Amino acid sequence: MAVVFEKPKALTDAVLHYCPGCTHGIIHRLVAEAIDELGIQGKTIGIAPVGCSVMAYDYFDIDMVQAAHGRAPAVATGVKRANPENIVFTYQGDGDLAAIGTAETVHSAARGENITVIFVNNAIYGMTGGQMAPTTLPGQVTQTSPYGRDTASVGFPIKVCELLSNVDGATYLERVAVNNVKNVKAAKKAIKKAFQNQIEGKGFSLVEVVSTFPTNWGLTPQKALDWLEENMLPYYPLGVYKDKFAEEK
Amino acid sequence: MAKVTFDKNRCKGCALCVGACPKGIVALSEEINQKGYHPATVTDEEKCIGCAFCATMCPDCVITVEK
Repeated sequence: MAVVFEKPKALTDAVLHYCPGCTHGIIHRLVAEAIDELGIQGKTIGIAPVGCSVMAYDYFDIDMVQAAHGRAPAVATGVKRANPENIVFTYQGDGDLAAIGTAETVHSAARGENITVIFVNNAIYGMTGGQMAPTTLPGQVTQTSPYGRDTASVGFPIKVCELLSNVDGATYLERVAVNNVKNVKAAKKAIKKAFQNQIEGKGFSLVEVVSTFPTNWGLTPQKALDWLEENMLPYYPLGVYKDKFAEEK
Repeated sequence: MAKVTFDKNRCKGCALCVGACPKGIVALSEEINQKGYHPATVTDEEKCIGCAFCATMCPDCVITVEK
């Protein structure tokens, strides 16, 4: 008998602190699988964000830096420019990347930094207890939008892939989801490609992963997957938003 | 035949594996693990085809699949 599926080597044995059914765990595993398959565990440096995934430095068995809130792409820029031979990625949630870190995100893309960004979009602030995020859907109920997000007063969600697709410096932008086996496999492919691009020196790659948050959505893990498909995917369509090198072929 | 192993004390009983199994043979156990959850288990291993869909959806790397 051969092992067909096991925990990737780029993850430590630590038990994840995430809530039951939170898809952060799946995304961590996909990143670790990509690192394993590309054989870059020894030279990869991860940048952890602020938010639920701040503890990522305990889970990835690689060197990690923890950045101030939203500043992961700025820290990654410094790490990558000082150590161009290393593979540098950030792992950020929507409260980190699309709110306080919007400037760092847009400008690192505009500069075409040769880094990989893994962006987890679950449409809510997690660690702080379920407040409205920049990516919260119109009408979505959160702790700070108890009657649903009112776009007349707080505006509309930020669609990061669409936004960055107009930035000339960005190389590769894809939105994926982890709500079923098929989409998880597609997400894995996109994440691996985002790392491969960096190895080949192609520039800024960002993969947006549409994710669930059962606890703060107030749903069971299985129902959260259904909610994602019914509500998030129509607003955040999956697909490749930019692939500079595909266009040149 | 495939063999699927659950590291039951890592399991948080989220049941995403239960929904992913095409054969419907993954279920939450009656027993309670160290964390206080009902861990996932396979009810009829003979029927397992080793597709690893359960492990693909598991957020906590609980499942190892051999074939």
